[in-house]
Amino acid sequence: MNYVLLIGAGSDIARPLAFLYAKAGYGIYLASRNYDRLVRDASDITIRYGVDAKAFVFDVTETSKHKQFYESLPNRPHGVVCLAGILGDQKKAEREFSEVENVIAANYSGLVSIIHIIAADLEQRQEGFIVGVSSVAGEKGRKSNYIYASAKAGFTTFLSGLRNRLFTSHVQVLTVHPGFIRTKMIDGRETPGIITSSPEEVARDIFTGQQSGKDFIYSKWFWRFIMLAFKMIPEPVIKKMDMK
Amino acid sequence: MKVTNWGNYPVIEATMHSPSSVEEVQRIIAASPEVIARGMGRCYGDSSLNSTILSTLRLNHILAFDDRNGSITCESGVRFSELLDAFVPRGWFLPVTPGTKHITVGGAVASDVHGKNHHVAGSFSHHLLSIVILLGNGSIVKCSPQDYSDLFWATCGGMGLTGIILEATFRMKPIETVYIRQRVLKTKNIDEAFNAFEANKHWTYSVAWIDCLAKGDSLGRSALILGEHATKAEVEYRYRDPLKSDPPLSIPVPFFFPSGVLNRYTIKAFNEIWNAHYISRDSFVDYEPFFYPLDFVADWNRIYGKRGFTQYQFVLPKSVPLDGFKKILRTIAESGDGSFLAVLKLFGKQEGMLSFPQEGYTLALDFSITPESMRLFERLDAMVIEFGGRLYLSKDVRMNKEAFQKGYSNAAAFTSVKKKVDPSNKFQSLQSKRIGISSI
Ligand SMILES: Cc1cc2nc3c(=O)[nH]c(=O)nc-3n(C[C@H](O)[C@H](O)[C@H](O)COP(=O)(O)OP(=O)(O)OC[C@H]3O[C@@H](n4cnc5c(N)ncnc54)[C@H](O)[C@@H]3O)c2cc1C
Ligand SMILES: NC(=O)c1ccc[n+]([C@@H]2O[C@H](COP(=O)([O-])OP(=O)(O)OC[C@H]3O[C@@H](n4cnc5c(N)ncnc54)[C@H](OP(=O)(O)O)[C@@H]3O)[C@@H](O)[C@H]2O)c1
Repeated sequence: MNYVLLIGAGSDIARPLAFLYAKAGYGIYLASRNYDRLVRDASDITIRYGVDAKAFVFDVTETSKHKQFYESLPNRPHGVVCLAGILGDQKKAEREFSEVENVIAANYSGLVSIIHIIAADLEQRQEGFIVGVSSVAGEKGRKSNYIYASAKAGFTTFLSGLRNRLFTSHVQVLTVHPGFIRTKMIDGRETPGIITSSPEEVARDIFTGQQSGKDFIYSKWFWRFIMLAFKMIPEPVIKKMDMK
Repeated sequence: MKVTNWGNYPVIEATMHSPSSVEEVQRIIAASPEVIARGMGRCYGDSSLNSTILSTLRLNHILAFDDRNGSITCESGVRFSELLDAFVPRGWFLPVTPGTKHITVGGAVASDVHGKNHHVAGSFSHHLLSIVILLGNGSIVKCSPQDYSDLFWATCGGMGLTGIILEATFRMKPIETVYIRQRVLKTKNIDEAFNAFEANKHWTYSVAWIDCLAKGDSLGRSALILGEHATKAEVEYRYRDPLKSDPPLSIPVPFFFPSGVLNRYTIKAFNEIWNAHYISRDSFVDYEPFFYPLDFVADWNRIYGKRGFTQYQFVLPKSVPLDGFKKILRTIAESGDGSFLAVLKLFGKQEGMLSFPQEGYTLALDFSITPESMRLFERLDAMVIEFGGRLYLSKDVRMNKEAFQKGYSNAAAFTSVKKKVDPSNKFQSLQSKRIGISSI
């Protein structure tokens, strides 16, 4: 049985994504901080699709434990999907550097740490995939979330470099840029209904993108055009806009 | 946020909570003077609407499954579509299913939904082994036909008014293939249709599409669609993996759009089937188009536009002479208001206190919400009540107190249970206020 490791498995996208992999016959490893939840999720996956599913405590920011975590997995996974991320508090980050560090650790540096460990293994095995969920937010800074956005920009660039490195080892690296998703991350915020996707839709996009060997996808697809248009607005205009 | 159900009417401003644990549910219940549970919002009207709404969609874990007898325990936010996805490939099917798979288990219990097999299998509650409910005081009670049976029978069909259903345990049924052996019979008028239902009672699934425009001798001409789960032996010769569902992308005839707006297409489809010669032969169809033809057309409910629509669904007891049914059909036909096609179905016996089915025949058709249709409903209500029938709460958005109380003879029994388990009347919906459930 091939295993998929989901990092940040507390995300609302993780369950529908795990269902898709489980249905395709993959075993599932769920890893994030809220262990009790993950145990219930894992049991649900096994009941539904009859595959092995297990939960693990894992904190992206505790980089000193990453190597040991990976080595303690019962089986080496065939692939990993990184869903972990935090929006952070932009206003706070403007005042306190510790908040900036939190956001960078959860969205960028901590992920670099664990992905490098997995990448080294896959590189040696000459197989497998690494999926990183970044964000359209990383494509352009806005005053409402530029700390989060710049961490995501870093993550996206990291993934593209890694893809280049692992190409000759036959390891797929997929970067995912979602737009708005109806998850707990943006609970209570008003987002434009028609361009806000469900976690299920994004999960389906990630799964098909990965299975068909893609390097980069938007989810939903139309974000490609929204971002194209957005990035064409010149910086002198952007800086005057009051964007949420 | 703005919330509306399937009929797009009414659209209301509400606070929506989406808890993902029982503790969160308890906190929300404690903090809300008034609340109603909501699943997928597939009821047509205001049954799951109020100023505070508790969405169950994040309470959707399957907790246990026994593949020796098909018994399953799951949280109330699990959708029928998820159950089909996981269990059909392993040879298990829903014991009862409505005409859409996009409903939750909680919604199935609270509306005590019926399917095309009601005359042989009863409604959803008939297959429940137990349910777990969270009451207004925060306590959690497991009930079943054996334990706390009052609470159980008040909650099945109780439209969310006794508490939040957290979990349900029920039996799935074994199938050998994903196919349905289907037979279609033409009946010239309503007399023939009723006779055909009776003569074909032994079929597990039956439903008729009835032409609401036909008048005179053809009043109620219909196409009766019968179905039976195909056995492996029946389909082996053409399908290698009989449990692999491979539904078509488009829908084959017979498929009728129950929408007034699309009358042109439905008339065409109806006539096509009416004139078809293949009718005499049985065919094998995937379960999806058989049970869920409407699910193939995403968001078809938006076709009615901003004013919204509703479905008028009533049941008349078997004791009512055919003339009763004809009188109602004639009134609808003459109004020229509703959808061209309606769904006719035979019901068997029924238990739940507010469950809709009763032994007899039910008819359902769609209407745009207009002043004229509202007036027509009042006239139809009077006839339905006169004949001892009632309207389906899950489709309703406008019936009054009187129609409810006269139609639901167990309303008082329900209220007495509700008073006991929900003394502060915490669980209310716009519908329950309109039909005066707690003030009987
Ligand atoms: C196309 C279509 C076809 C349909 N065909 C049929 C049919 O053939 N037969 C049939 O019986 N029905 C049919 N229905 C109606 C549908 O099955 C019911 O309205 C069902 O209850 C919807 O479930 P839901 O999860 O969307 O619940 P909602 O619509 O959100 O809520 C329905 C009711 O259930 C209550 N409820 C939901 N979850 C809970 C919970 N956890 N605890 C307590 N109360 C809860 C709500 O308060 C509300 O009163 C159809 C609907 C559509 C749109
Ligand atoms: N929602 C959107 O609109 C949107 C848009 C674009 C991109 N994204 C990206 O999509 C991904 C998934 O987000 P989401 O919307 O599903 O948000 P979410 O529900 O908040 O999920 C993120 C998950 O990451 C986990 N996580 C956070 N910090 C962690 C840490 N230090 N260690 C381990 N796990 C950690 C959390 O699980 P635990 O609490 O169990 O640890 C959390 O459930 C994120 O990368 C997000 O940036 C989201």
